Amino acid sequence: MTAGDSYYGRPVVKAPVWKPAIALYFFTGGVAGASSVLGFAASITGHRRLARSAFVASAAGLAASGPLLVVDLGRPSRFLNMLRVAKPTSPMSVGSWVLTAFGPASMLAAASVVTGRLPRMGRLAAGVAAALGPVVATYTAVLVADTAIPAWHGAHRELPFLFAGSAAASASGIALACTPVTEAGPARRLAVLGAGLELGAFRAMESRLGEVGGPYRDGRAGRLARAAEVCTGAGAALAVLGGRRRRSAAVAAGALLCAGSLCTRFSVFRAGFESAADPAATVGPQRRRADASVRSA
Amino acid sequence: MPVAMRMGFFTDTSICIGCKACEVACKEWNNVPDDGLNFLGTSYDNTGGLSSDTWRHVAFIEQPVTVPRLGDDGIRWLMSSDVCKHCTHAACLEVCPTGALFRTEFDTVVVQQDICNGCGYCVPACPFGVIDKREADGRVWKCTLCYDRLKSDLEPACAQACPTQSIQFGPHDELRERAAGRLGVLQDAGVAGAQLYGADETDGVGGFGAFFLLLDKPEVYGLPPDPVVTTRDLPRMWKAAAGAALTLIGAAAVACRRPR
Ligand code: SF4
Repeated sequence: MTAGDSYYGRPVVKAPVWKPAIALYFFTGGVAGASSVLGFAASITGHRRLARSAFVASAAGLAASGPLLVVDLGRPSRFLNMLRVAKPTSPMSVGSWVLTAFGPASMLAAASVVTGRLPRMGRLAAGVAAALGPVVATYTAVLVADTAIPAWHGAHRELPFLFAGSAAASASGIALACTPVTEAGPARRLAVLGAGLELGAFRAMESRLGEVGGPYRDGRAGRLARAAEVCTGAGAALAVLGGRRRRSAAVAAGALLCAGSLCTRFSVFRAGFESAADPAATVGPQRRRADASVRSA
Repeated sequence: MPVAMRMGFFTDTSICIGCKACEVACKEWNNVPDDGLNFLGTSYDNTGGLSSDTWRHVAFIEQPVTVPRLGDDGIRWLMSSDVCKHCTHAACLEVCPTGALFRTEFDTVVVQQDICNGCGYCVPACPFGVIDKREADGRVWKCTLCYDRLKSDLEPACAQACPTQSIQFGPHDELRERAAGRLGVLQDAGVAGAQLYGADETDGVGGFGAFFLLLDKPEVYGLPPDPVVTTRDLPRMWKAAAGAALTLIGAAAVACRRPR
């Protein structure tokens, strides 16, 4: 990139105006979505204690998500305008509607399993939450990818897998910390699968992005990515090695998995800002594409 | 003026004199707040770029050139008044979850301020970095192509104020013909680098409602050389999300299977 390829080095696209509350929501929403899937799978396979932990975690994740989404709005009092229209071209609109259905289902499933009341209604709600949970856990990846930010848009194939893996790792981390070790086997296995998906998808994303992926390697987003790798890897290892026998090890593993997932979300979030600030990330690939189409014409 | 005709701008930067009358007229008519008294040290440009509080922005580029016959070194001025492109496929409008951004009867893209809830999604979605959130206000703002004036059969404030007709307003078809003619004149006169930007309906945003004649590559003016509406890839993104969602379900099922 030479000086003549940008206007005084100024960015071409605008950085997001979202606050860190949104990165935090990617985490809490991931916990809510993946926990509802784990809870449902655990309940139909007879892992009652684990299912209970997961349903409660799902409801807690959801309860945390609502305020995070509302405070980030420029006009919080108008949050209901999110349901004014339904637009498939807007992942935020799709997410708002899915959350509207998922929220009560997740809450009801948790309330039923905790109080023991309305068991049939609770099971139905758990089924609805488990069907929508995967959408809740992954639509946020589509949301960030559906922008003009090179480090986000260019990763649109990998981001949903990264977010799904990160959600699974954090949800199973919370579940195994909140469940007696003898009952937490499925959570340990899901922790390993989720962590593997999270780490693998991150690598795949980086290698696809090439130079546009710079922010994921350097600077603050890069440091967060490395922290995520360490925490997630250590959390999964500790879950299977120590987490089988000692609850304290399971709690530590859960904390590491959540820390890893949080670092992943904040790494992606930060990378978007850094990518937007760099005119070369926007202009470089577009210029090569434009030149190639002139040559082929 | 017949309704349902696409209206737009043709900004011919080859005759821009950098007077910034458009910036001022836009601010005055639309009551756009002050965007700061800044000294940027970037030629005559102390505005920087389009934002929530700048809907027309005049770029100034001082290019070192060699004057052909004299062999002297000198500079040439490139000046260009930037504005919202009123894209045919507008990312801002497509990602807006409230429907606050809408397409008018003039085929322009406008924010309904009584509906915008300040979610900010349009801001990073625009491939040109046009639309922006006004922090004190909480909502997003951008050029409306003077929707209120158009409704009263007036031309937009910037076009009316432009003393050289660098900013031309009119029916989109007519503007495109005029632009092609003007490009031909410049090319015949040997103006290297003269090119239309955004007049091609097959580009990544389906062409701009407000397009340009530039004298150098778009990136020199801070414009993206091959913008693509991000939602073009949305089906592929949802497909990836579906794959990831199924992977999540599969992983949970595998993890919960009872050992036999
Ligand atoms: S230039 Fe940006 S703000 Fe203007 S219509 Fe296109 S996407 Fe929307």
